[in-house]
Amino acid sequence: MYAALWRVLPGPLWLRILQVLVLIALVLFVLATWVFPWVDTIVNSQESTVGTP
Amino acid sequence: MSDATPPAAPAESRRARRALRRRKPVSVIGVFGEVLITGGVLVFLFIAWQLWWNDLVVAGEQSSAANQISQQWIDDAQAASSTPTPTPTNTPTAAPAQPSGFGTPVVAVAPAEAQPFAVLYVPRYGAAYSRTIAEGVGLNVLNSPRLGIGHYPGTQMPGEVGNFVVAAHRSANGGGMHLINELQLGDPIFVQTADGYYTYRFRDLEYVQPTDVGVLAAVPHAPGATATDRIITLTSCNPLYSTAERIIAYGVFDSWQPISAGPPAELAAIIAAQAAG
Repeated sequence: MYAALWRVLPGPLWLRILQVLVLIALVLFVLATWVFPWVDTIVNSQESTVGTP
Repeated sequence: MSDATPPAAPAESRRARRALRRRKPVSVIGVFGEVLITGGVLVFLFIAWQLWWNDLVVAGEQSSAANQISQQWIDDAQAASSTPTPTPTNTPTAAPAQPSGFGTPVVAVAPAEAQPFAVLYVPRYGAAYSRTIAEGVGLNVLNSPRLGIGHYPGTQMPGEVGNFVVAAHRSANGGGMHLINELQLGDPIFVQTADGYYTYRFRDLEYVQPTDVGVLAAVPHAPGATATDRIITLTSCNPLYSTAERIIAYGVFDSWQPISAGPPAELAAIIAAQAAG
């Protein structure tokens, strides 16, 4: 999977590494901006009150 | 592919080997393994985001929102005192038994659900710490980037005889009570409202089951008893990063001063520092 992605990337080694870093940054941004806040609403178990459900 | 090509030169054979590897078919198990590893990394990233990154972001937002509302009350009080309004007819009756020089503390009426009405300052949590207290302990209050601390509906208000009970997260979503276990006997717990400043002093900690609503009583663990003291109760999760138990911090009322009199000396320095940025 990742090997195939690596093969698809064009350019010399340094350019490929740069592209991978940009892709990772992009994925992290999407996760932190949209995915994780959404997951947080589903798995939230951070109850800190007494007696309330 | 498997034809034996005599290795002529080391460089050439390396190239041949690389070509071989490149042509290796994508194996199902390999992809499955990579998917599993990716899933594990994602879970790790989520935990890091929840407990560290988002916690920091929300804490900053909650703190600056609290500073804003605090400053608003101070400005409003100054504007009200500078405008020539008729002297209030409703002068507070002198209560000789009060420990402070400003008479009986003013007790506000609890606002509607999710409405902010107070700001909490706990110097032990850090000089930059401030959080807005709103009515209700739902996640819409506790997780909100502009609120963070919830007041249990039905419990008393700041300065009222009885028990002023609030809840906040121990970790994540701003972690309003992250350092609750660090409180020391006598530590000030300041509550600012539109009416004034209420100073409580930390008394003790208690660890209870999540179902133990006895801590919400006007006299904790003595429901039905007539309250004579003014206390504040902070509730949060225990242990840290778990929700198995609840940690309860009690504080007793120390003094009160109206907003026109300005904050107590220790709090004044904190408010000034936070307003400065």
